[in-house]
Parts: sequence; structure tokens; C-alpha cells
Amino acid sequence: MSTATEEPHVPSLTDAPEELHFEVLESRDARRARLSSGVLIVVVGLLLGVLFFSTSGVARFALSDAFAEVQLPTIELPGAPVVAICAVLCLLAGAGFISGRLRNRMPMVAGLVAGIAVVLGFLTWAAAGRDLPFPVANQLAGTVFTATPLIFGALCGVVGERSGVVNVAIEGQFLTAAFAAALTGSITKSIWAALIAAVFAGVLMAALLALFAIKYLVDQVVLGVVINLLASGITGFLFDQLVQPNSRALNSAPTMDPISIPFLADLPFVGPVLFQQTILVYLAIVAVVVVWWLLYRTRWGLRVRAVGEHPKAADTVGISVKRVRWQAVLVAGIFSGLGGAFFTVGSVGVFSKDLTVGNGFIALAAVIMGRWHPVLAASMALFFGFVVQMASQLQTLNTPVPSQFLLMLPYLATIIAVAGLIGRTRAPAADGVAYTK
Amino acid sequence: MIRPVANEAQRSVGLDLRSITKRFGSFVANDAVDLTVRPGEIHCLLGENGAGKSTLMNVLYGLYQPDGGEILIDGVPRRFADPKAAMAAGIGMVHQHFMLVEVFSVAENMILGREPGLVVDMKAAKATVRQLSQRYNLPVDPDALIEDLPVGVQQRVEILKALANDAQYLIFDEPTAVLTPQEIDELMVVMQKLRDEGKGIVFITHKLREVRAIADRITVLRRGKIVGQAEPGTSETELAQLMVGRAVDLSVAKQPAEPGAVRLAVDGLTVTNSAGAVVVDDISFDVAGGEILCIAGVQGNGQSELADALIGNIPVLSGRIRLDDRDLADASPRQSIAAGMGFVPEDRQHDGFIGTFTIAENLVLNRFDTAPFAGGGSLNLKAINDNAVTLRDEFDIRTPDVQNLGSSLSGGNAQKVVLARELSRELALLVASQPTRGVDVGAIEFLHKRIVDERDKGTAVLLVSTELEEVEALADRVLVMYRGKIVGIVGPDTPRDVMGMMMAGVGYDEAVQVAAGDAADAGKDA
Amino acid sequence: MSESTTWGDRVRGEVRMRWRDWAITLAAFVLALLVGAILMIVADPQVAGNFNYLLTAPGLALGSAWTKVSTAYSALLMGAVGSPQALAATSAAAAPLICAGLAVGLAFRAGLFNIGAQGQAILGSMAAAWVGFSLPLPPVIHLIVAVLAGLVAGAIWGGIVGWLKATTGAHEVIVTIMMNYIASGLLAWVLTTAAFQRPGRDDPISPEVPSSAAFPQLYEQLHLGFFVALLAAVVVWWVLDRSVIGFSIRAVGANPHAAGTAGMNVGRTTIITMAMAGALAGLAGVQAALGPSVNGVPVPLTEGLVGTVGFDAITVALLGRSKPVGIVLAGLLFGGLSAGGLAMQSVAQTPLTLTLVLQALVVLFVAAPQLVATLVPFLSARKARASLTGADA
Repeated sequence: MSTATEEPHVPSLTDAPEELHFEVLESRDARRARLSSGVLIVVVGLLLGVLFFSTSGVARFALSDAFAEVQLPTIELPGAPVVAICAVLCLLAGAGFISGRLRNRMPMVAGLVAGIAVVLGFLTWAAAGRDLPFPVANQLAGTVFTATPLIFGALCGVVGERSGVVNVAIEGQFLTAAFAAALTGSITKSIWAALIAAVFAGVLMAALLALFAIKYLVDQVVLGVVINLLASGITGFLFDQLVQPNSRALNSAPTMDPISIPFLADLPFVGPVLFQQTILVYLAIVAVVVVWWLLYRTRWGLRVRAVGEHPKAADTVGISVKRVRWQAVLVAGIFSGLGGAFFTVGSVGVFSKDLTVGNGFIALAAVIMGRWHPVLAASMALFFGFVVQMASQLQTLNTPVPSQFLLMLPYLATIIAVAGLIGRTRAPAADGVAYTK
Repeated sequence: MIRPVANEAQRSVGLDLRSITKRFGSFVANDAVDLTVRPGEIHCLLGENGAGKSTLMNVLYGLYQPDGGEILIDGVPRRFADPKAAMAAGIGMVHQHFMLVEVFSVAENMILGREPGLVVDMKAAKATVRQLSQRYNLPVDPDALIEDLPVGVQQRVEILKALANDAQYLIFDEPTAVLTPQEIDELMVVMQKLRDEGKGIVFITHKLREVRAIADRITVLRRGKIVGQAEPGTSETELAQLMVGRAVDLSVAKQPAEPGAVRLAVDGLTVTNSAGAVVVDDISFDVAGGEILCIAGVQGNGQSELADALIGNIPVLSGRIRLDDRDLADASPRQSIAAGMGFVPEDRQHDGFIGTFTIAENLVLNRFDTAPFAGGGSLNLKAINDNAVTLRDEFDIRTPDVQNLGSSLSGGNAQKVVLARELSRELALLVASQPTRGVDVGAIEFLHKRIVDERDKGTAVLLVSTELEEVEALADRVLVMYRGKIVGIVGPDTPRDVMGMMMAGVGYDEAVQVAAGDAADAGKDA
Repeated sequence: MSESTTWGDRVRGEVRMRWRDWAITLAAFVLALLVGAILMIVADPQVAGNFNYLLTAPGLALGSAWTKVSTAYSALLMGAVGSPQALAATSAAAAPLICAGLAVGLAFRAGLFNIGAQGQAILGSMAAAWVGFSLPLPPVIHLIVAVLAGLVAGAIWGGIVGWLKATTGAHEVIVTIMMNYIASGLLAWVLTTAAFQRPGRDDPISPEVPSSAAFPQLYEQLHLGFFVALLAAVVVWWVLDRSVIGFSIRAVGANPHAAGTAGMNVGRTTIITMAMAGALAGLAGVQAALGPSVNGVPVPLTEGLVGTVGFDAITVALLGRSKPVGIVLAGLLFGGLSAGGLAMQSVAQTPLTLTLVLQALVVLFVAAPQLVATLVPFLSARKARASLTGADA
């Protein structure tokens, strides 16, 4: 809890001319965000300090995997000293936040330093003294891959919520789309048919959301939760009744192969990370740019943002608020459909009940932490992808931490992020508020 | 000079509203209202809060569909299904609550809804803004974000938005409520200029002074009906009578104050709003028991935050608040209430009242956990009900049953509930913000009387009001605030024009000089 | 107190409102069953196949569809209320639903959306089960300690959310969702530790809870836990309607600004509410951990012990309109659905997951009374009259 014992800043306005605007000091929200960030970073730093005592040996990081044509060197770091330095860096950054002496760009730099120190320190601790080096290229390629559905989900959330419709149902849209993709893919043996079916399913669920949220004015968070249950129920029922008994015919969809982009894929390090991925991954990256362009450069985007901020103002200049919101939610559904396809045809090819395991909710967290901005939200999705991938990489390293704890990391990271590291965010003003005249 | 409503000889040019009726459920907001506006005139629509002015204009602007009557432009009947249709017909509106997207730039707001292509051309949009703002001499920066602009400039954008649409008829809905006196003067000039260009203007207000300053014609609306039309020369008293329906006397019968010892002492108080702007800036004053100190000022000059800081709703950055012998600078609302502070919040629905609670529950909102209303962690429903019945009778709260929901009460009765709650216990200080806003005239007199009674019991009273009438009626001393600072503390008999200038930040001495000069000029003209 | 005429009017008005609520709920249920029936027909290749001959042999198609649907639904009904045993099974299924429904409903009243009942229930079941199989205590005391442990564990898990919300403003929806996953992970982990894993087993399963810590069985599956759930509903009713803290909870939920201005501590109320909600959800976990199953002993702790009670609870609370009596009734309804669903699965080979669909649909329809009124014309006439009083354009 924050303490209010700090010496108050007394503004020196006495000699300023009267015409000046009100002097702006640090707002209460900013102060609270700063303090909670600081405390959090210090706590993480202390944790690293504890880990220091269980660090021994040398941590090795392999920049390329064993099969790469161009072999890059494996970096070796002395375990204990690196962990110690990272812990100290964290503590310093945290202290900087708490002191409130950081000005201008300094908070950002300190935050960045703390972030890098946490990741590096943790990885060093995990890799120190192990038989295998930590595969950096795998980690990054896996990050992009794992983040793909999260990026789609985040874009779905951004587009819908920018128009003022809160979407807690991304998870349900994913699930339905994943099911549709698996079923269609199994029947037609076509990736493209599966993708189209997934998009169709995503849009259908979006239409359900729009119908109840925009037309029937149901509370949007409640609605999202119920739609998730419905999606889980319907896909579960159809799976039990229809798919499970004929899984050879109905649950054996083809999967996407990675597509190597000529020349670029051969680049050392960057190649395997960015240019040997499936079509969905490339689509996700393109989609980020497209959504950004739609929202910030087109008439439609201007209107979407306007109805999300001040629907009445949009209404008074002749924009149909409900129509624009319908459009936005349906367009968002396309992305959720693509994201859902990832879980079946984009990766394993088979559907199993509730296989999206909370990815939709993590995407939602990415939306909030990305401040409802497509590029920022996609970056947050990448961050979560990194954490998830790291958890699975570390499992193979036989770290002393039980794998269940590693698997909790993304969820913990979300709580930490929502609780302050990112600070207070400002949602679209009319987000979640149904519009009635 | 007042003549009854009559069907004027039909002229084809202009805007005619004929017999417009609009109902919400059983409530008739507009009852067969007629209104005409000709190009090149300013037609004032005068009426109390809730008289139906805004409803009428929303009908005209296509936001509501009328239940009866018709709208004619140049003699041709028109139907406006939505604002777009109204705009296309040449009607523009400057809304009371600006219809501007705060996080958008001026240019984005200007093109919203009338973007020429699928892809937004911001360069062209900015050029249009510059061109328009030059043509009408309304300077704005097309790149500025709305939320960064002062209220007066935001209103300029709102006006330009209407003009960009080639509006021939402009509706100004209570445009002066949020403006400083100078900004009001500027707005008047703009409106006159637009009139001279041939625009027809509907000016909605409840402020008599403004009406007399600028109107070419005046129509008065009361309870949804037109009750008369008046010439610009009509006296304020006559207009007021028309507006409220009977002779009103806003002055309160009260004895001169007999101030006792100082009870509230505020010293060097500085408060920031949630965005960190200093909104109360190093303020010091005292209030004695048995006196009413009024905080006067244009809305948004720090009065609300001052009141919130006193009760403890927002933290104090620096300075001291002492009530009797207790230091309340860091107090929570709970501690302030325990110290004997009564609080009537500015926004009753938002801060003072819970619509989904019963009237009885609302009457114990800040004492439900103390005897006799609670004991051993459990509520005493009988005591809560009895208390409510007593207060209902004492404060004349008009409700058949105190177990009805708070939301069933009218504005005036809801305010009586809030005041009854605060005054039904021993107080050291009563802080009341805008206690009569949105309250009908009958209730105002009652509320004023109760506040004066409380003063006479020896309570210190701090009253925040933006209505000069109220300040004059109740204050024993007046503290004028401007941009978070005290401009001066003056007597309640200070002339209105002096007070008005002080509310614009002019010091007392200078204001007196200027006022004297104006009076001399006026004398020469006559 | 009040004039008799107005009192009468109010009662009549309320009865009319209640009647409408009931009618909408009933219509929603019928509509959900209809959609469920369609789903059953579509998902059964044989029955759906018969529809190819709809024109040539309509009897075959409609007949097989009718057989399918009626078999399933009658099995559902019989399994829920068809016999004393069925009623006992319904009571056993309803008990955790009522507790968790109260957890969600109580939080709703404070304006908080507790999606975390699932995690809170998991923690409750963990703590109760551990006390059950680890501590050697005398019979009655053993049960009481186990129940209390579950309540406390749930309260802590919920309280964390309230504390985070009160101090940092973190949105409870996101935090509770994440806490659910963390709780699942925690459970998966503890089941691999010596403290929880049954000796001699490799799979994640705990030792059995002895009868000294189990809810005593009363009749078939009806056990003391059901009455504990009813007691919890009474307590929640008292807290909300009659207690001082309940006044704060309702005030903060209805208008946090007014509550704060009137001196209530909004943050503290948030924390207390979430802790109480957590305790109630923990009690749902306790029901799962200590309630005797068909064979008379509690099911040992596994990863799936509490099922999806936390999510079902949301539908229970919504259907019960966050009022204790409503939640008890909704809990019984969905408990019946669940008990009957098992019967439906075994008798009619219709997967249990159908009940989840029905549950979600009922709530969806109830949340949109206007839609129900459109679909059921009988209600829409009343609807039109009712909306006359609203200023709805």
C-alpha cells in the first residue's frame, strides 16, 4: 500500500503570471502507478537476489540450433555474477521509481533495464550449470509462433473495444473457430477451406456478441462470459456426440507447414526466427499493419474510434453508432477466427475440448496492457508469447522449478502487469457502454 | 409589452416549428409548441431547467422524433429522421455538452461524419479548418487535441463544426453555462456577427440578463408549453415571472448574521485534480459559527475540488484544514463526518444519493452503522424507518412511502433527502455545493430557509454556488474564486457587475473602478 | 408506517414484476430446450440423415427426431426429479452450485464481477481435503476444521483479488481469470508433492478423506453439505439485507461515489466482499472434497475434482439475479440439470456437455428479456405495456 507520508511538493506559482494555465504536478494516478511499479520491480529484484544463492556454474546460450547451416557461437556467462548484477540493476531501477526522481525518458529507460535484467537474470539462473545450452533462436522463433493467436486475439479485442464493445468472448470465438477449422479441414483436407470455416465461425460468434450487446443491451462482460460457456458447451457437445466417435474422419485436419521465404530464411539467426513460419504467422504480422492503417488512416477507423469515445457526438454528426459497432465487432470476428484456426490447423491439427486454455483471456490482457492500440497490443502479445515459450523451453532444461510453476508464469505476468507495472491505462471512454438515444 | 401567443401571419422564408408535441411515457416534454426563426435574427428560447427547451431543439435536430406537429423550412414541411437529415437541411447545433471527441484533434472532429473519401486526408481537413476559422474569425489550431483546449475554444470548434456544414439556422443550447464573463461577451459578438451574415439563431438559456442583451425576439417556455412571447425590452422581473409562473422573490427572510468563534479554518490549502493540475491554489479563509460564507465563481474554477477536499474525497496536497479543534487535512470522509461536517455534494445523483436504495436507506447513508440504526453488526430496520418517517414530515419530502426507491423522487425531493440527512444531526460545519441546482422554485425557498436556520443554530456554513441570485440571497460574506485562487472576500451587497468582474479574475478595487466608469458611460448615453 | 393503498399498489406492482421475471425465466428455459433439441438432431448423423427424406418420408425424419429428443429430455427429467434417489442426486449437485453461486452473486451486489469462483473453489477443496486426509482429529471436530480450512483458503484467494483491486485498481475480471489458472497449476503441482500425493501412486491423486471429515450422508446422495449450502444462503441473505457490512456492500455496488462520500471505505468493502465471496466459493470446493459420492465416501482430490463449478456459478448467480433465494432456486435447477445430465448420458447416450449449452442459453435468454418477448409473442404484449413507463425512445 502506498504511504502518504512523503513530503508534499509545494508549487511555486507565486511569481508566475496569472494568465498561465494551471500548473500540472504528478497526478495521483500516475503517482500510484509509479509507486506500485517501483515496489514490484524491487520485489522481483529481491527474488533474483534469492535465486543468486542457488546459482552455480556457467550459463550457456546457443544462438543457433544444432542443425543450422551457419553455426553461431554459444555464449557463456558466469552464472552467479550475472544473476547478482541483474538483481542489483532491478533494485536500482525499482528504487529509482520509488524515489520519484526519474524525469523525462528516465522512467522508460529504468523500466526497460529492469525488464531486460529480469529476463536475463532468470534465464541465466535457469541455464547455469545445466547440461544443455539455452537455445536462443528456438526461444525467439517459438515466441513468434506462440504469440500468433494472441496477436490475432488482441487485434480482435482492439477493433471491437475501440468501437465501444468490450469483448471478453475472445476465448469462445477462438474455441468455436478452432473447432470449425478442425472439422472442415478433416472433411475437405484443405487448409484454405479450414481457414475460411474458422473465420466464418469467428464472425458468427462475433455476431452473437454484437446482437446481444448492441441490440439487446446485455452487460458486455457478463455476456462475454456466457458466450464463452456457450462456445465451450457447443463445441464440447458436438465433439462428444459427433467428432469423438469418428475421429479418424472428423478430427484429422491437415496442418500448415512452415513456408520459407527465399533468401531471407537463410539469414543466420534472424532467418529461422522470422522467415520460416506458417502462413498464419505472416498473416498475423500483416494484420497488425492493416488494423493500424484501418483505425488511424481511414474514414471507417475514424468513425470506429469516435463511436467508442463519444457515441453521442458521432450520432449528432449523422453516424449510425449501432451500425459502426456492428461492423467493428464483425471485422474483429475475422481476426478471432484466424486466431482460433491456429490451435488446430495452425499447429496440431486435432481438436480437443477447451484446447484454447485461456489464450483468449491473455489476448484480452494484451489489449488492455497495449492500451487499445494495435501495435502496442501486438507487442504485448509477443511478450506473452515469449513468457509461454520460455516456460516450455525451461522445462526441457530440467530446472529445479516444477514445470507447473513455469506454466503459471504467463498468468502471473498478466496479474503483475495489470496490477501496476504498465500503469493506469485509459480505455476508450464509451467502452462497454451500450448506446441508446 | 407581453403579448399572448398568436399565429403570426405566415411568411414563407424561415424555420417554422408548428405544434410540436413530444412525450416520454406519460410525461409531456413539449406540448403543442410553436416557434419560428427568420434568417438574420436571434430568437431567445427562455425557460427554467426542465421546461422542455432542449427536448424541443433535439426534435428540431432529428435526435428525437416528435409525437405530433411539423417542421417547415421556407414553408416546406420536413421530417428529420436523424441529425444527418437536419444538417442537410441547414440546421446546426452548438450543444450544451459539447459533441466533441476529447481525444481527437480539432481537424478530426471537424471532418467526422463528413469525410470526403474512404481514406482520411488530414492535410485537406486541416486546410478546411484554417479557412473556416479565418472566414468567421474564430481562431483555432487544427492540430490541437480537444482535451487540451480551454472550454471557450472548444465551443469555438463546436460552432465551426456547425458552420462547416453550411448551417443556415444555428441552435445554441445553453452555451454560456460553462463560460467566464469575458468568454460570454466574446460569444455574444460571434452570435451577432453570425446574425448579421444572415443566419437564423435560436439561443436557449435561462439567464435573463443574456436574453435582454442580445435577443431580437423572446419566447418563454414553461412545463413544455409556450407561455408567452416578449420584446427585448421586457424587464427582468417580467421575464422571470413568465418563466416561473408566479411572482418570485428569491430573497430569504433572515436576520443579520451573528458570527461566533471561528469554527472552520483553512490555511494555505492546495489541491490537485486527478490529472495533477493545481485546481485549488494556496487558499486561506475562515468561517465562523453562525455565518454563511458563499464561494462564488464561474463553474470550474476550483470550487468543486475545494468542497471535495474539505470532506476528504480528494487528498490535500498541502495546507491545513481545522474544524473546531480537529485537523482534517488528511481526514477521510468518515473522519470528517465524525468531526461534525455535513456535506451536500454538487452532483447529487453521483455523490449524494443512491437511486436503487430506499428513501429510508438514503436518509441514513452516512450513519447507518451507528446507534440507533445499527447494533452488533446488524441493522435496526425499525429505527431506520422511523427516522425516515420523522424526516419526511419535517422536511416535507413528497413520497407516499419512505420504503420507495430513491429514484422515484423528483430532483427537489431528492435534494431534500440529502439535506435532511445532513441537517438531522449535530453539525459543526455544513458544506453545501449548488444545493438548489435542478430544483423547482418552491423547493428552493424551503431549502434556503433550512440552510439559514442551520446557521442560526451556530453552525458554520460554507455554500458553493455559481448562481449570483443564490449568493446574494444567502451569503453573509462572499469569497470569489477564479482559477483556484481567491480574488477577494466581499460583502453580499457588492454590486453584481463588480462581482461579475471579480468572477473573471479582476481584483475588487479595479472592478469597482471599471464598474463606476461603465455607469458613467451609460449615464452619458441616456 | 404507510398508507394501505400505496402499500397495496406496491405489492401488486412487485407481484407483476415477479410474475414477469418468472415468465421470462420459464420462456428462456423452453427456448433453451428447443435450441438444445435442434443441436441434438443436427449432431446425430443418423437422425440428421433421415431429414434427407423429409419430403418423401416425413414421418421417418420427424419420428426419429422426436424419439431422439424425447428420450434424452425424459431421461434428463427423470434423472433430476424422477425419483427420491434422483432428487437426492440433484441436491448433491446443487450444493456446490449454490455456494459458488452465492460467491458470484455477493460480489455482484458490490459491483464486482467474480469470475474467480473456480480458483477459489479449487483452493477450498485443496485445503479441506488436506485437513481431511492429513490431520488425525476426532469426528465432529475434524469436519469443522476441514470446512473452516476450506473457507479460509477460498477467502485468501478471493481476498488477494480484492486487495489488488483496492490498492492498485487492477480489474477484478482479468485478475480472477488469471488466478483461476494459477489455482489449477497450484493444484496440479501439490498433487505431485509428498504432502498430497497418495503413497504408492504416480498419478496426481490424493489419499481418501476419512469419514470423520466427510459430510454425513443422510439419504442416498443427500448429505449434510446441502443444508450447509442452504445455511450459507441464509447467512448471505442476512449479511446483505440486515447487516451493517451488507449495507456498505450494496451501497458500494450501487454507487461507489456516493458510498465514499458518505464515509464508507470503498477499498475495504471491496476487500471484505471478495474475501467473503472467496470463502463461499471455497465452501463449494469443500462440498466437492468432503461430500460423499455415490459409494458413500468423498472423491479423493484430483485435478478435476471441482469440475467447472466456478463457471457454472456465474450462470447460477445471473439466473438467480444475485439474490440468495434466487440463487438457491437457480442452483437447484442447474443441479437438477447436472444430475439429470448424467442420467441422460447413460440412458440416452447424449453427452453431458449438452447441459452446459442449455445452461448458457437459459442465462443468455434471461439476460435479454426483450429477445424472449420477441420470440414468445404472448409475453411481448405485456412488454409493450411495461415499456410505456420508461423514457425509452
